[in-house]
Amino acid sequence: MNNQIVDLIVIGAGPAGMSAALEATRFGLSVVVLDEQGSPGGQIYRNILQADARSRSVLGDDYTAGAELVAQFLQCGARYLANAAIWQVTPQRQVHYLIDGRAEVLQGHHLLIATGAFERPMPIPGWTLPGVMTAGAGQILLKSAALVPAGPVILAGCGPLLYLLAVQYLHAGIAIEALVDTSGQGDLLRALRKVPGALRGWRDLLKGLQLLIELKRAGVRHVRDARDLRIEGQAHATALSFDSGGRRWTIPASLILLHQGVVPNTQISWSLRLEHDWSEQQLCWIMRRDSQGETSLPGIYIAGDGGAIGGAQVALLEGRLAGLAIAERSGKVDGQSLQPFAAPYRKALRRQRAARPLIDALYRPQQQNRIPADEVIVCRCEDVSAGSIRQHVELGCLGPNQTKAFGRCGMGPCQGRLCGLSVTEIIAEQRKVPAAEVGYYRIRSPLKPITLAQLSTETPLAQEHP
Amino acid sequence: MPADSLFRALVPAQKNLQIEFEGASLSVPAGVSLASALLLSGITHTRESAVSGRPGAPYCMMGVCFECLVEVDGQANCQACLLPVRAGMRVRRQRGAREFLAGDHVEAGADE
Repeated sequence: MNNQIVDLIVIGAGPAGMSAALEATRFGLSVVVLDEQGSPGGQIYRNILQADARSRSVLGDDYTAGAELVAQFLQCGARYLANAAIWQVTPQRQVHYLIDGRAEVLQGHHLLIATGAFERPMPIPGWTLPGVMTAGAGQILLKSAALVPAGPVILAGCGPLLYLLAVQYLHAGIAIEALVDTSGQGDLLRALRKVPGALRGWRDLLKGLQLLIELKRAGVRHVRDARDLRIEGQAHATALSFDSGGRRWTIPASLILLHQGVVPNTQISWSLRLEHDWSEQQLCWIMRRDSQGETSLPGIYIAGDGGAIGGAQVALLEGRLAGLAIAERSGKVDGQSLQPFAAPYRKALRRQRAARPLIDALYRPQQQNRIPADEVIVCRCEDVSAGSIRQHVELGCLGPNQTKAFGRCGMGPCQGRLCGLSVTEIIAEQRKVPAAEVGYYRIRSPLKPITLAQLSTETPLAQEHP
Repeated sequence: MPADSLFRALVPAQKNLQIEFEGASLSVPAGVSLASALLLSGITHTRESAVSGRPGAPYCMMGVCFECLVEVDGQANCQACLLPVRAGMRVRRQRGAREFLAGDHVEAGADE
């Protein structure tokens, strides 16, 4: 028995990956779960097992709720590999990764991509300055190292995470200088009117309102409808300036945390040339997949926010369903016997998904913060501005992949993760065509930095004859 | 160490260890990522852009943005936010573009 070959390889130990592993191991599949972080939980339940009592009380119940899932996962019998950097995934379901500086490879009969989401980049003037980070980064520092801002801090942008982090900082005794909101009160009314069945999202709406009420009670300065945001400072961020209520504001701060929602981490799925669709509702690429999560490549599944943004509860249920589907496909259990397991997950999934159109409409990121002015750097790795990309289009550049040849955009170490969506939208606007027509970068391995010396340590897969 | 770190610890660290950054010794909490440790130590930037030389600092803290690339023990392109701190690790800023090290295999990090 070669332990390089397993029934199921799961990439990512967040809610989706852990849930899939729980279901698949229950039916006797051999499962390996690879994760880039040091402990399971994904970003949402990051460091949950190590977090001390103080951090847990600051972070709140939704975070603490992850402890049970993580504990179950660690006991389920799946082989869990932490700190694994995946640098290549093949359509034949081979997963190449680095761990402890060594290169390893696994072959799966099935593969589940559960790589989750990352924060939508927010290209505004000055966003590359030290002292500017994402709100998610602020929260990760809180979860993983119990760090809080030491000086004046501003939270800016839109979305539930921004409010949640503000409340968590409040619980930690941190007084934020301001919550600079790019959404406004009018957005709620517009969203309610525009989105059919919007009120099915009332649970999430209520949660958001409770956060806002808590912030208001604590006297946090909350400025709405902020436009033309600009980070001030030469070598370091010193202030955020913006327009709101008919005047220009400048609020000094040494730390400015930006956020405008999250988008699927599609790096692996694009590298596999899976079929993606542009979502006008979510303003990002989402995966084409069937109701069980199987993608356009047979045997390769996607669950959770890596496929489309649904949140942690949706990810958990999609992971469960993908795990069951893969167990059935492996011949470990027949579809009939699976029904009692799958039916409640499907029902819960319908309920959880109902809230999404409202959330997407309510916290839709502003166009000027996605398709920025000429001066703004879009590709942080290669220092390419929005204006340069528009010039490329004038010279005949048709899509993101060609921007590489025109000006190295997307060719730095992040491989387009931080500029890809902006580049697609800038080109679409400039060419006056839909984003779907513009397309995305061709993503190629290595997906993570690897040296030739490390590569040479890889033990080739033993030949398998299917 | 600059006095004005962007971050401070909510609770005092239970155990500290020593790392080296740009030749200076830093005492940092055990069990955190290198990027967290550097932020806590008041390191304002961790790399210099390969194109313009502009200073870069940890941005996403989850392995996506590659702004926190540093050299660790002579190895370039290490993502500081994904690397746990280890006693004695020698860290340097990643500066500018890589240079071709023809014939120089004594110390892979010596490429300034």
